[in-house]
Amino acid sequence: MNSIYQYFRAIWYGFSSLWKGMMLTGHYLVHPKKILTEQYPENRDTLYIPERFQGEVVLPHDENNEHLCTGCTICEMNCPNGSIKIITRQVETPEGKKKKELDEWVYHLGLCTFCGQCIDACPQDAIKMSNAFEHSVYDRKLLTKVLNQPGSKLKSAKK
Amino acid sequence: METKDIKHDEFVINVGPQHPSTHGVLRLELWLDGEDIIDSKPHLGYIHRGIEKMSEALGYKQFIYLTSRMDYLSAHISNQACSLAIEKGLQIEAPARAQVIRVLMAELTRLASHQLWWGALGLDLGAVSPFFYAFREREMILEIFEETCGSRLTMNYITPGGVVNDLHPDFVKKVKKLIEQLKGNLHEYYQLLTGNVILQARTRGVGKLTAEDAVSLGCTGPVARASGVKCDVRKLHPYDGYDKVEFEEVLNDKGDNFARYWLRIEEMKQSIYIIEQLIDNIPEGSYREKLKGVVKLPAGEYYQRVETARGELGVYIVSDGKKEPYRVRFRTPNFSNLNALRPMLKGAKIGDMVSMMATLDLIIPDIDR
Repeated sequence: MNSIYQYFRAIWYGFSSLWKGMMLTGHYLVHPKKILTEQYPENRDTLYIPERFQGEVVLPHDENNEHLCTGCTICEMNCPNGSIKIITRQVETPEGKKKKELDEWVYHLGLCTFCGQCIDACPQDAIKMSNAFEHSVYDRKLLTKVLNQPGSKLKSAKK
Repeated sequence: METKDIKHDEFVINVGPQHPSTHGVLRLELWLDGEDIIDSKPHLGYIHRGIEKMSEALGYKQFIYLTSRMDYLSAHISNQACSLAIEKGLQIEAPARAQVIRVLMAELTRLASHQLWWGALGLDLGAVSPFFYAFREREMILEIFEETCGSRLTMNYITPGGVVNDLHPDFVKKVKKLIEQLKGNLHEYYQLLTGNVILQARTRGVGKLTAEDAVSLGCTGPVARASGVKCDVRKLHPYDGYDKVEFEEVLNDKGDNFARYWLRIEEMKQSIYIIEQLIDNIPEGSYREKLKGVVKLPAGEYYQRVETARGELGVYIVSDGKKEPYRVRFRTPNFSNLNALRPMLKGAKIGDMVSMMATLDLIIPDIDR
């Protein structure tokens, strides 16, 4: 008699716990406003991406095509993966002095882990992280970028 | 590899390395007699990346980002451990504000990690919906991380001398909202999974781990605490001002699957309690002590232990005065927790293997490093 009681009790317990779980599911079925699912590729325009989100390294240029990078290579030394390569060139100033200048700021996006240590180390605050996150391309070569625009030069200190 | 005599009615099967229930690439070799497990043996190395060796080639500030890739669900806490070890070597202490931020982030990480575990446990036992409920709150935590740290999973936010950025202006508001929502939603966790008859049947009395076994195998964290072993590093060796906050070390002496389940849910409540105490009392001031560009530790050995979401993480750094560490060694919690699987599996049914692995909460990249 006792075992039969146990048997039916287990069945009742099973159904009641199933019912409890289904109650919750049903609650969300009739409260669609509580559902948080985002339809990602469709909501691209309204997508909220925080300002600090580390998407990729960029070298901002102002309207005169000038940037802040002096080519000191501190970011290159601080990068743990070797995803930054700074190529500098020697130029002669009008006074006749030889000076180092940024030639190419090469950024290997495929090697970058977005740790942000280059931005942290930069003494000029020349580079920063942009919010772009859709990086997929069909050719691996496109992941190697030159960040300084052609013809750009160092922003002079005086304004 | 040792070979074992297999009797005529015994057989060996491999679980993994790409088994869906393992959450990673762990290969388990099981000796079976029908449905009963006679013995088991884990095979490691499928996701070995050589993080310890890589750290020897990088500077002290640089190698910290690698530790986020060990236990990726406790990335903040791993970074914190390394930062604390380096700070020990430099004989500095992070500013008060940075310490509070670190504790807040660590507890948020613990919450996020336990929520993912809770959802994944449901998945392992065949219930899909808990996963979505767990991810609802976890998404809020990740959004808080994203706003303040810039990334969602591998933040590299905690650095020697403090934290990289100051808190986002919305941080306090969002954390308060999260806590409010989490407290209101915890009953759903019970409603959905805890009281469920399938979970009860598959966890109660299954996968028993005795306190002696837990100690001798080096288990830490929720796995050992569910067997009644006091091992919370936050209580035993407080770091970053954990001695100033009030919380309870949750213990359970049953040692079965349900004890581990219950303990993690209770630990989530304790994390909420810690966050509640700190969120209104974040001290003003500097959040970071600027270090030199190239950090050099004086020659010597430095060890720091912290409590991650899965147990005790120890960071051991040997320095010979150069700008790179001579040797870095991580004592990771999952490696020792994995050892608990063998005594638990002995004599159990093969169907219970998945629930035991799920409640151990193994992170395979942390085992292999």
